[in-house]
Amino acid sequence: MEVPRIPILQIEDYLVASIQTALHDTAATRFRDDLLERIYETKARGLILDLTAVDVVDSFLARLTGDIAAMAGLMGTTVVITGLQPEVAVTLVELGVELKGVTTALNLEKGIAALRRMVGEGKHP
Amino acid sequence: MTLEERCIPVKVDLDIVLARVEGRNLAKELGFGTIDQARIATAISELARNVILYAPEGKVTVRAIVSDHGRRGIEVVCEDNGPGIADVELVMQNGYSTSSGLGMGLPGTKRLMDEFELETELGVGTKVTVRKWLK
Repeated sequence: MEVPRIPILQIEDYLVASIQTALHDTAATRFRDDLLERIYETKARGLILDLTAVDVVDSFLARLTGDIAAMAGLMGTTVVITGLQPEVAVTLVELGVELKGVTTALNLEKGIAALRRMVGEGKHP
Repeated sequence: MTLEERCIPVKVDLDIVLARVEGRNLAKELGFGTIDQARIATAISELARNVILYAPEGKVTVRAIVSDHGRRGIEVVCEDNGPGIADVELVMQNGYSTSSGLGMGLPGTKRLMDEFELETELGVGTKVTVRKWLK
């Protein structure tokens, strides 16, 4: 089975990854592992996970997103999720999966600002 | 009027994505707005994942429907030949799961859709039918 890889970009001390395609579970799980490896390699202080192009976040992807934030946090890297679409926000709340404990921002720009603020203050989740 | 129907076999995790894309496309064609499209796609994703998690295989059928009162809508039927559900009341509780999931699949799906029916028989399989009506 073809497993698409999601590019992970580095900007200064931060990593940015934007999910652009519908991920099946195997690809999503590998993406999580790729992200954690890149965090370790680059010693990134922060990670932006951009979901602007994601039109469905089911309970599996929601849990994976929460896991990424928790795991990166354990490694000392702050995570901000950006670009949740209105319909994704609605379905997450109705599903009963509210990404508690995960920092979110409206878009990439606000996400970077939030990350700078959090990292600058030396706070790690 | 011929009602459209599409059937997607569910065997591997990629099929979850295919099923929800078919569901979303049909919902869009029927005139559902983006939030309802997302509700329907998410519900299909949850139901199809249960097949992958608990049953060897199954299928998702999405079809256009019309109510007795002439209301149009979409029906999603997810059937599997899995072990069946021993305690239906328990699986409808938030947070109950026998896998590594969140336990939000079935109760969450019920909240996303207008109608929800679950038929299950131990050792035979499970069939979940959900519907969403156009407002």
